[in-house]
Amino acid sequence: MAKPLPPLVRLHLTGLRLLLVFTVICGIAYPLLITGIGELIFPGQANGSQVRLNGRVVGSSLLGQNFTLRRIDPKAPSVPDPRWFQPRPSAAGADGYDPTASGASNLGPNDTGLTKTVQARRLAIALFDGVRPSSVPPDAVTGSGSGLDPDISPAYAYEQVNRVAHSRRLPVATVRALVADHVDGRVLGFLGQQRVNVVALNLALARLG
Amino acid sequence: MNPTLAGFLQALLLVAALAASYRPLGDYIARILTGPRHLRVERPLYKLIGVDPAADQTWYAYLRSVLAFSAISVLFLYLFQRIQNHLWLSLGFPAVPAPTAWNTAASFVTNTNWQSYSGEQTMGHLVQMAGLAVQNFLSAAVGIAVVATLIRGFTRTETDRVGNFWVDLTRLLVRLLLPVSLVFAVVLVASGVVENLHAAQTIHTIAGGTQSLPGGPVASQEVIKELGTNGGGFYNANSAHPFENPTAWTNWLEIYLLLVISFALPRTFGRMVGDNRQGYAIVSVMTLYWVVSASLMTFFEWQHHGTALQAAGGAMEGKEVRLGIAASSLFASSTTLTSTGAVNAAHDSLTPLGGGIAVFDMMLGEIAPGGTGSGLYGILVLAIVTVFVAGLMVGRTPEYLGKKLSAREMKFASLYILTTPAIVLIGTGVAMSFKAERAAMLNSGAHGFTEVLYAFTSAANNNGSAFAGLTVTSDWWNTTLGLVMLFGRFLPMVFVLALAGSLARQKPIPSTAGTLHTHDPLFVGMLSGVVLIVVGLTYFPALALGPLAEGLHK
Repeated sequence: MAKPLPPLVRLHLTGLRLLLVFTVICGIAYPLLITGIGELIFPGQANGSQVRLNGRVVGSSLLGQNFTLRRIDPKAPSVPDPRWFQPRPSAAGADGYDPTASGASNLGPNDTGLTKTVQARRLAIALFDGVRPSSVPPDAVTGSGSGLDPDISPAYAYEQVNRVAHSRRLPVATVRALVADHVDGRVLGFLGQQRVNVVALNLALARLG
Repeated sequence: MNPTLAGFLQALLLVAALAASYRPLGDYIARILTGPRHLRVERPLYKLIGVDPAADQTWYAYLRSVLAFSAISVLFLYLFQRIQNHLWLSLGFPAVPAPTAWNTAASFVTNTNWQSYSGEQTMGHLVQMAGLAVQNFLSAAVGIAVVATLIRGFTRTETDRVGNFWVDLTRLLVRLLLPVSLVFAVVLVASGVVENLHAAQTIHTIAGGTQSLPGGPVASQEVIKELGTNGGGFYNANSAHPFENPTAWTNWLEIYLLLVISFALPRTFGRMVGDNRQGYAIVSVMTLYWVVSASLMTFFEWQHHGTALQAAGGAMEGKEVRLGIAASSLFASSTTLTSTGAVNAAHDSLTPLGGGIAVFDMMLGEIAPGGTGSGLYGILVLAIVTVFVAGLMVGRTPEYLGKKLSAREMKFASLYILTTPAIVLIGTGVAMSFKAERAAMLNSGAHGFTEVLYAFTSAANNNGSAFAGLTVTSDWWNTTLGLVMLFGRFLPMVFVLALAGSLARQKPIPSTAGTLHTHDPLFVGMLSGVVLIVVGLTYFPALALGPLAEGLHK
């Protein structure tokens, strides 16, 4: 008969056996079960709440995306397209809204660089939207935590109405009504904030023609 | 509805939900830890693991099991990451570099879940679900198992046995963490959290650009990330990422999940020692600190001090629009008062004093309500110190729940309390004295110092949240913080288990007219004071150099 293993080795082997047992239960069976349930009952949500335009997947209603003019030189800075509602500034990836690089600027509240950036954004947006700098809301000049925020405040959405309407040659009232349709209230009336989903709003705009 | 009222209501609903869970969940956990019967599903598991479920261990054998199991876990998780490129679902990612793999293995085994990597750029789906998420379950259960021995130290008399680690662990996983996770993972999927095994899918956006939509078994990991007070995000942006936390409702639910076990454990304690009032006293102190912290955090964020935030007109840098100030503040405060460390906003961009609250929350030792298990043993050690201080005042030998607190017990309690501040302050000092390591700071001045202080505080307290501007991908930072997490987790556990063994051995002493009541408002007040003075003030000089210097600056 083989010699029994030393107690210290036996102890570690017990640990390894427990680890392997629960790796199978909690690490394989459990996530596969949840994935199965997701695919069966909530396939839309489980697969990322994708949205379609003319039958083609054009994004996720949960992830913001860029609405910039097409660039000929890929190294040139991206320029916002006036025909679309613009999302918040984003720190995800070089051009923003890159889900392979989610994250925030992580700049501190007193950072001089961030202060200058905020002021520059305020002026640029005021010029772009043809409004007074003081009426640009905080969410328009700050980056989100994920860099993928799909939402803007109703104030920022309404502020963009005139510009979008003019560049699309649409009646201002039509665009304003579209925004009003897309203002989501707080969940249950008190959770979170009022918001406008930019992806959903621009999708509705695209369907308008 | 105005934002202040809405913010107040979301907190009120949370308090109501936690209060409703307190008794049933606390009693249920007490039954898990004391019930003599084994479930039918558990018996074959004990066979597979090769343990005799009837054999109780001494505190020392229990400790050896904890350490052996954790060592194996670190090794396993390290190797898993190192060979991920040869396994399924690697998404084409290479093997995780050694320093990062070491840091991550230490981080997930210690319930810290500090992340020096970016999830969507580093980890394949298999490592996430069968490596990282498994430790989310296990490390949470280890914490509860350790506090179970401390409670048994009070309830058992004249024995050297404090329980069986393998049984405690198995029961907590099978009866508590897994079933609760199953239910709420489905709720999260229904609410929009993704759950699939797809690789990223490239699509053409509405405006004609391209975007890469990530996949992943996120919901199943998200729920245990919160429930087990782990906090390691599937994606880099953690709970700010819309795929992890799509709505204000999931945000509320995630805060509830990360608080619920730790807030119910005082009931387990009261139930097991046979006096529910003891549990109410402990939970009162936890609630007091949680309410004060969340209120101050929200207040400072509303105030949006700081030149950049004043220029923006609101503290929205690093925050999501669907969540806003109140829900982000409540999350930030709850995640740092527990050992969770999940974040739904960039803590580095919090206001100076709001960020100060976050770091101070962790410095308190994460006891309000703290990590699963670790929060309760942390506050029970402080309760022991409180009883001792009260005993000194009146010149009596201090006793807690019929157990005498002699020099031996006080040595373990003192060592417990000294360990974490020593690691944090020495570590911060060392890092700040090296030019190359200081260069890891993104921000300058006092805010940069806070980044370093926050990193060591978070690692030593096994929190895992970060002032993420700090670049911690260098070998030095990965190695050092890995060690800090291991010391910060297991040294206190050694002292808690030694304390448990020492208490269990004693004969109970009958309560007399001179015995200090440990369930009345006077004790709640004293314990609250001890938390603030003994733990909080240790860090005052460091806080003065960081958040206070920045926040009180005109």
